[in-house]
Amino acid sequence: MSTDKAVNGQPKYINPYLGGVLLGLLILATVFVTGRGIGASGAIKSAVVTTSNTVAPSATQSNAYMGKFVSDDHSPMYTWLVFESLGVLLGGLLSGLIFGRVGKFRTDNGPQITSKKRWILAIIGGALFGLGSQFGRGCTSGAALSGTATFALGGVIVMFGIFGTGYIIAYFFRKLWI
Amino acid sequence: MGPLIPNGIIGEGWDFVIAILIGIAFGFILEASGFSSSRNLAGVFYGYNFVVLRVFFTALIVAMVGLMYFDYFGWLDLSKIFILPTYLGPMIVGGIIMGFGFIIGGYCPGTSFTGIAIGKLDALFFTVGLYLGIMGFSLAFPLFEGFYNSGSMGNITLTELTGIPAPYFAMAFTVVALAAFWGTMFIEKRVRKNMKQYKF
Repeated sequence: MSTDKAVNGQPKYINPYLGGVLLGLLILATVFVTGRGIGASGAIKSAVVTTSNTVAPSATQSNAYMGKFVSDDHSPMYTWLVFESLGVLLGGLLSGLIFGRVGKFRTDNGPQITSKKRWILAIIGGALFGLGSQFGRGCTSGAALSGTATFALGGVIVMFGIFGTGYIIAYFFRKLWI
Repeated sequence: MGPLIPNGIIGEGWDFVIAILIGIAFGFILEASGFSSSRNLAGVFYGYNFVVLRVFFTALIVAMVGLMYFDYFGWLDLSKIFILPTYLGPMIVGGIIMGFGFIIGGYCPGTSFTGIAIGKLDALFFTVGLYLGIMGFSLAFPLFEGFYNSGSMGNITLTELTGIPAPYFAMAFTVVALAAFWGTMFIEKRVRKNMKQYKF
């Protein structure tokens, strides 16, 4: 019961503006050190290419999209974004441990839907996000945030695309969340 | 001086060590801000929790203004940093599809990783979905290839597009962000009054 309270009671989040300043400084530091911003969807793309290259190497190498990410001297998992995303998992776990939010498997869903329905919707939403991120050349972190922070037109387009669409369609999906 | 790795000041061998360290900081900030919960994230679209807007816009203006200063002090050569290439049509369509993915799935990729880290099953399923979506895209790529490569404008910035210097954009984003921070405070208060089942 006490763990449930820590998880479902008053979550101890940091001040959002502090979180934002820290995240902004992190992007600044990342650009200063590596010459580019942060990302997330790229790691999943590497996992897709790796699976495909293990199951069907010749088909993968001749695939006009995946073939670009296959190289002879190292696995497609050996990329910057894969290491960074492993770090994201570790960092998330570290924060969860410090603030007492690491718990047994559980699901967040709106009051009007079941957990099972939430899982199916999460898969569908994830698939759409994955698909969109390939056309968008990145997701919320790589394109919308890092892209816009470096004044890239594409970043601004993706940012307005994601959030603009979200606000336009939110009403029709309100039963999922409120 | 910067960027340090492209300029050879830090050796390439450190690349992956730095990647993990940056990732840890990124994951920590996301989780500590409450981005490991899909209900917190979705709140930005329904007015009951604007944490996404606050963190995102604050990060954006801090990074933007920071880059301006780094450039001004001569610490960072902005011509050497990566500028995301623009593909007009595909990026509009991609953004719209991601908007649907966000509302339906409740996460975006980075936040779903932090959700998994603390035991959220919906985050795990979202990541499975990401994998399936990218796999589907890759396998069906011949169908999309023409569209995917269309509308290429190169690595173009807002300044190159409009001729307006970057600091003006940084200024505009800052003013809009501050107005949004102020306005959403009242919206959130009103909406939360009518929500009993959601714990903040």
